[in-house]
Amino acid sequence: MHVEMKGINKSFGTNQVLKDAAFNLKDGEIHALMGENGAGKSTLMKILTGVYTRDSGTVIVDGKEVTYHSPKEAEEAGIVFIYQELNVLFDLTVEENLFMGKEITNRFGVCDKKAMRAKAQEIMDRMGVHIPVDAVMSDLSVGQQQMVEICKALMVDAKVLIMDEPTAALTQSETEVLFEVINSLRKKGVSIVYVSHRMEEIFELCDRITILRDGTYIDTKYIKDITMDDVVKMMIGREIGERYPKRNNAIGGEVLRVEGLTHEKLFRDVSFNVRAGEVLGVSGLMGAGRTEIMHSIFGNLPLVKGKIFIEGKEVSIRNPRQAIEAGIGFITEDRKTEGLLLEKSIAENIELCNLGKVSTKGVLQAEKQASLVKRGIEEFRIRCFGPHHECDNLSGGNQQKVVLAKWIYTDPKILILDEPTRGVDIGAKKEIYSVINEMAAKGVAVIMVSSELPEVLGMSDRIMVVHEGHVTGIINGADADQEKIMTLATGGSL
Amino acid sequence: MKKENKNIGAFLSEYGVFIALAILVVIISAISPEFRQPGNFLNLLRQASFNGLIAFGMTCVILSGGIDLSVGSTFALSAIVCAEMIGHGVPVIVAVPVALLVGVALGLISGLLVTKGRLQPFIATLITMTAYRGLAMILTDGKPISRLAESSGDSLLFKAMGKGNFIFTFAPDFKIPIPIIILVVVFAIMYFVLKHTVFGRRLYATGSNAKCAALTGVNINRVKMSVYAVSGFLSALAGLIMISRVDSAQPIMGSGYELDAIAAVALGGTSMNGGRGRIAGTIAGVLIIAVLNNGLNILGVTSYYQSVVKALVILVAVLSDRKR
Repeated sequence: MHVEMKGINKSFGTNQVLKDAAFNLKDGEIHALMGENGAGKSTLMKILTGVYTRDSGTVIVDGKEVTYHSPKEAEEAGIVFIYQELNVLFDLTVEENLFMGKEITNRFGVCDKKAMRAKAQEIMDRMGVHIPVDAVMSDLSVGQQQMVEICKALMVDAKVLIMDEPTAALTQSETEVLFEVINSLRKKGVSIVYVSHRMEEIFELCDRITILRDGTYIDTKYIKDITMDDVVKMMIGREIGERYPKRNNAIGGEVLRVEGLTHEKLFRDVSFNVRAGEVLGVSGLMGAGRTEIMHSIFGNLPLVKGKIFIEGKEVSIRNPRQAIEAGIGFITEDRKTEGLLLEKSIAENIELCNLGKVSTKGVLQAEKQASLVKRGIEEFRIRCFGPHHECDNLSGGNQQKVVLAKWIYTDPKILILDEPTRGVDIGAKKEIYSVINEMAAKGVAVIMVSSELPEVLGMSDRIMVVHEGHVTGIINGADADQEKIMTLATGGSL
Repeated sequence: MKKENKNIGAFLSEYGVFIALAILVVIISAISPEFRQPGNFLNLLRQASFNGLIAFGMTCVILSGGIDLSVGSTFALSAIVCAEMIGHGVPVIVAVPVALLVGVALGLISGLLVTKGRLQPFIATLITMTAYRGLAMILTDGKPISRLAESSGDSLLFKAMGKGNFIFTFAPDFKIPIPIIILVVVFAIMYFVLKHTVFGRRLYATGSNAKCAALTGVNINRVKMSVYAVSGFLSALAGLIMISRVDSAQPIMGSGYELDAIAAVALGGTSMNGGRGRIAGTIAGVLIIAVLNNGLNILGVTSYYQSVVKALVILVAVLSDRKR
């Protein structure tokens, strides 16, 4: 299917999010759509699929000018949008999800379970994925849930598939399966719009790339004709310099040491240490237990065995409060459900970790509150209307900066960051890296869990690799490369 | 243009409930001269004080992400404990604080079921609501306890709670009923605690996103225990004012009060999902309900129709208050 969008304008209130945006999708190609957060990628795609109506501009599909008024209309025309926040019903089975709204019924209007199950199985087979059709959605991994979403799109005979950050929550191996599926779809003539911040994936997978900046069309190029640096330059309109800024601070003595941390079933016998001014990268596949190890150190997950030492003294941490008192800050993986009070203001979020600092005898002091929050917004360059801006309306990068601010003002000795740049655009990513470096320079021991290998390699002094709840190796950053990490992450040894 | 609309929307969602209250008062006053007597307004406020106190506690519980169905039963059981003590010759100065503590304890039981028992607040307080009502029946054998003032030896404290008036020395004709004073004082404390204290912040954080709050070091179980304790205390306080006012305690008193309290909180714009809302909204909600009760009575609307009118007003108010 050939899609052409020209001269698209769209405003929300006084805020014009798309200015003369354009997009051109050919038959059977994988087309990357890139731009910083807020560049208008999702809005453009939502206009295509009828979620939003455009203020002006034309959309031409297979030579005919069209306007879809709802996602359903677009779906009927064969254009399907798979959202980053998956649209699945977690309590229902795979087959029930696949047939939601399109149930096969017999003469009496009763669901024909057998027919639906057979058809679901057929689609799974065609895709080459092995997910039991009777499995309940919530029991599946995120990767499997995503596959179900793709199957759902194929059920309506999609000719254009729009995927928004499809690999954000996938493991390396799930990503590989996804890429195989995407490639086989292309062979069948399906066009794919691939929205992502992950440069490496785009260069591996896509044929062409379109770049948007501030709602305006910048350019469309064949991937083989450009470099990553070109893309970054087009996205931000200036040179960004080194993607991973260098750090030259001295590394001091040991701050945190854990010995033999063991959870009932998620991980066993985990031992490692972090020194002052050091960044310890933690790598591994999704579900390897990295996040859980961090939660246990923070007192949020019970341990059956293991010791935690901070500055040489053994500590007992049974809940997050004790962890904070012991000097640990924890920026969790999912900022929307764990990191932020989304419906609350920047001020309330930053203050939440620092209530002691902004109050006297339990009563909040307006002056202290204002100065803390003002400092946070300035130091972390949070782009907002002011301290009372709701976090829900911030971009991913700015939300993450709020989370960073609230934890860093607790003056932690140990800072744990779990996937700190997930869903964050390149400009904000670099700012987050700078914050990490500043913390290290101040002598904070930093632990950074990340699924993005280039980031782990670019930022870490040492890298710990976890495989199925075991530490399979700790290597020096200087000696590490992608291959070594992947070998360890999949259970091999060096 | 669009921006202006947004501002009007924001203004309405901020003050809509107060405007609704004002409109209601103006309309009923215009129709009924009896309604607009100053004496009637004081009477109306005194009637509102029971639901007001209970609704304040309910606001805290709902802000924390819970709900407390047991308020009506706690209201009754605490009052009956007080009445039984007075009936057995316990001095009022002892019976009243003990009854208030009973209210706190009853709230803490709900809190324990929610935190340690990991029951959903609706189920937990449905259980306590049923149990407390049963206990009230058992204690009294289902019969009312009357002539409390007499049993208390005409205790001034007992009579003052419900029937007393606050008199300014410089204007002896201007009397304010004690229940209204209590309502205002509790309102002021609640307003301050919710808006200006660390505890208030933690309460909003717990209701807004319990997971995030816990990971940020908030002891969410302690927050939850506290709100149910506050709710129990205020329900008990309302119960004591009631028995002082009517001079008797009945095991069925306060049935259905939880619904009026929840309605007031909802009218006040507090989110039933927790984390969002204001105590000032709740007092407006309480007053709307009180104005309707009082006004419709004065206008001679029969009680069957009153319920329907009340439902309609709540529906309209809640719909117009809805954001977006």
